[in-house]
Amino acid sequence: MTVDWRTVASLVGTVTKALALPLAVSAGVALLYRESAVPFLLPALGSLLVGLGLERLPRAELGIREAFLMVSLTWLVVALVGAVPFLLVGSGVFVSPVDAVFESMSGITTTGATVIESFDAHPRGLLFWRQLIQWLGGLGILVLAVGLLSQLEVGGAQLMETETRTQDVTKLTPRIAGTARIIGGLYVGLTALVVLVLLGLNLAGLAPRMGPYDAVAHALTSVSTAGFSPEAESVGAFSPAAQWVLTGAMLLGATNFVLLYALTQGRFRRLRESEELRFYLGLVLATAAVLAGVLRADGEFASIEPTLRHALFQVTSIVTTTGYATVDFDLWSPAAKHLLFLGMFVGGMAGSTTCSIKSFRWLVAAKTLRRDLFTEIHPDAVRPIRMGGEVVDEGTVRDVNAYIVLSLLIFAFLTVFVVVETADSGLGVTEFDAMGIAAATFLNIGPAFGAAGPYGSYAGLSAATKWVLVVLMWVGRIEIVPVLVVLTPAFWRS
Amino acid sequence: MRVVIVGAGEVGSSIAASLADSHDVVVIDNDASLVDELTYDQDVLAIHGDGTDLDVLREAGIGESDMLIASTDIDETNIVICGTAAICCDAFTIARVKRPQFLRTWEQKQGAFGVDFMVCTDLLAAQTIVGVIGLPTAQDVDTFADGLVQMAEFEIPAESPVANQTVSEADRFDSLTFAAIIRENEIVIPTGGTTIRPGDEVVVIGSPDSAREFSAAISPEETRPQDVVIVGGSEVGYQVARLLEQRGFKPRLVERDPNRARWLAEQLPGTTVLESDATDQSFLERERIGDADVLLATLENDQQNLLATLLAKRLGVDRTVAVVDTGAFADLFEAVGVDVAVSPREATAEEITRFTRARRAENVSLIDGDRAEVMEVEVDPDSAIAGRPIAEFVRELPEGVVVGAITRDGSLITPRGDTVVEAGDHVVLFADAVVVDAIAAAI
Repeated sequence: MTVDWRTVASLVGTVTKALALPLAVSAGVALLYRESAVPFLLPALGSLLVGLGLERLPRAELGIREAFLMVSLTWLVVALVGAVPFLLVGSGVFVSPVDAVFESMSGITTTGATVIESFDAHPRGLLFWRQLIQWLGGLGILVLAVGLLSQLEVGGAQLMETETRTQDVTKLTPRIAGTARIIGGLYVGLTALVVLVLLGLNLAGLAPRMGPYDAVAHALTSVSTAGFSPEAESVGAFSPAAQWVLTGAMLLGATNFVLLYALTQGRFRRLRESEELRFYLGLVLATAAVLAGVLRADGEFASIEPTLRHALFQVTSIVTTTGYATVDFDLWSPAAKHLLFLGMFVGGMAGSTTCSIKSFRWLVAAKTLRRDLFTEIHPDAVRPIRMGGEVVDEGTVRDVNAYIVLSLLIFAFLTVFVVVETADSGLGVTEFDAMGIAAATFLNIGPAFGAAGPYGSYAGLSAATKWVLVVLMWVGRIEIVPVLVVLTPAFWRS
Repeated sequence: MRVVIVGAGEVGSSIAASLADSHDVVVIDNDASLVDELTYDQDVLAIHGDGTDLDVLREAGIGESDMLIASTDIDETNIVICGTAAICCDAFTIARVKRPQFLRTWEQKQGAFGVDFMVCTDLLAAQTIVGVIGLPTAQDVDTFADGLVQMAEFEIPAESPVANQTVSEADRFDSLTFAAIIRENEIVIPTGGTTIRPGDEVVVIGSPDSAREFSAAISPEETRPQDVVIVGGSEVGYQVARLLEQRGFKPRLVERDPNRARWLAEQLPGTTVLESDATDQSFLERERIGDADVLLATLENDQQNLLATLLAKRLGVDRTVAVVDTGAFADLFEAVGVDVAVSPREATAEEITRFTRARRAENVSLIDGDRAEVMEVEVDPDSAIAGRPIAEFVRELPEGVVVGAITRDGSLITPRGDTVVEAGDHVVLFADAVVVDAIAAAI
């Protein structure tokens, strides 16, 4: 059996066709602000026609190979289509195709790394499109996680499956499509809730700058743990109240959606039972506490509330892989910056919109280590790894550990590449900055340090570096494995 | 009483022998030679035939019988025999099963499968072993009110922390009533000031949880073994580990088969499962098996159990317990140095015999032969006790009655003197046999 090209193309066609809707919405926003809608309507029409055309290809049953190829291609195709409005508007840096593709890929992979240098140079419609693709990227990864990846047993997906089993969701809707619909609905609902709360704050006078446009824009990229903001100062442009609300939104976005669903059904016991949730929240709070201590010692803020708020916000933003900022943390002391850097490798819970390595994997890795130490003394002991009482099968344990090693290896190579490449171009990126750039893009966080810091931009990097980062954002978002599988020769042989 | 026993193996014939002197016993087996043997050996009617066949059961006179005991070696067969008998007559049916899963299913609904009472060989053996290790297990446990209420009878060991305490000192449990103390040949209805003496048998009634807590409290902390090693992950070994885990132990369990070892490790989070041959010297040294307080052998056959326990004794294990499949070998085991040999079959035969002798009606449990009863009563609207507090009506009843527990709308109420009994309540009573009839009439 070789890969059934036509089925894959047909399914990618369906996704492409569906892109017409968000493009049309952005066209509407552009018209609202009396800007040209053409840069959105043109690709909308194009994707509709191309999508419809591809969809007509004969479609057979989706096999394992087709699914891998489809997952890999979808993200690539959507990123390319998403780049078209940037190019057509052609404002600021977006005259160059690499910057347009970088911004689009950074969007759809919910990374949040930007090449925009001056936000005033771009029309409101385009900035809205930038927010919208991040939201779509978050929705896409959720649906993919429950829908397809769980079938392929890839990456965090089988972790999701174990969660699903314990959370009775499968019992509720035996069909994957039904589960995906529930999870998608929850995502939409959560986004709407954040919009309403932000608008409520605005009306109550607690967030004067958070108008309807900003409320929607930030709801779209907080729940999706993506991190774009139409403001140059990111969330730093808004009141403390708005910052607290967005902290909560990011935390929710990085929580397992099946768990969130159980909560909407009143099963609060799940909260206590989830070991991963305890680990994830505990880690965020502990890191924030340490960071607050560091900031206090550094005398960064005058009083307690801003110290706590900025510490928690920055840690949440990095650990959940969102990438917002309320202050330019690049100006902080090395201790504070390195703490945030370490936070980049954590990630939220499996089955959420989060990226990076994810809490589940670290928990499994820690438990594997503990087991290894135990079996050093008791070589005959049989010790299954347990998560919240449930046994994790050994295949998953191996996958998880291999995934962590693979991620760190890719990170190391990418760092070396960025250092060497920027040294040649004479940009003067330090090695720490390079590590930041590698982690922030490959692990889909967004802002790094130095020139690529939270209030900076990736624009200064060479085109070659940007292309490599585009590829690695893509590889990182779909959890490496699907891309690697597609690249193996065995994939293409029968 | 007329009793039909299906299956003339070790368990069946042992039960037949114990019952034959006081009851009419009919034994059915499909092995002609066993039937012949039984006919000559014992004063019973032995029939050759298939116990799952209704005609054979009719031939054995199931219609006039009071009790049917299914004790063949196959679990499913025993269940089917009881189910078959339940169709045609109302003899009380007892099934012997090996696997606890059947017991667990049966416990979900009284009378499931047409089985009125189920004895699980492996679980019983495990409970016996846990008792042998030095943890008091109830000598008798019965549940009432759909499992909400449990009656348990414990013997108090001399070194128990509870020994020589008064009842009010010993009663640290929310929903537990000390119903009676059986001292030598006398039934004492305890008050708060009654002292519990070593050797007393205490009858408690309450929630299953509190009964379990009480069983843990009886045994003195320091005399309990700390390090328990189970050799062989058979069903009995697994059940022992499970029961030990429930009592807060962290036993070690040695199993040779990798798949079984993995399965055990997954089922038993509190147990350290070791995958090895129990006779591997270097393994025994590495894991310092000789330091164990207790080692019990639950391997596949008697020879292996004997070898494993003798080896352990040699390594310096304080106490060794072996499971013996062939009951007759138990004495031999103990003669050559095994501290305790437990025979699951013998334990099962004893349990069924004991139950058969004690049985009268469904929601009644007999204490100490038939000297007292624990019974469940549903309160009628026109009963003498409906709508009245306990302290008031107990005064009017003859002496020797204790209200152990009350269930109302599916939840347990711990009775106190001022608790008012309502119509529809289920009341679990302890009553001295002398006054049972008088009480039944009064209520």
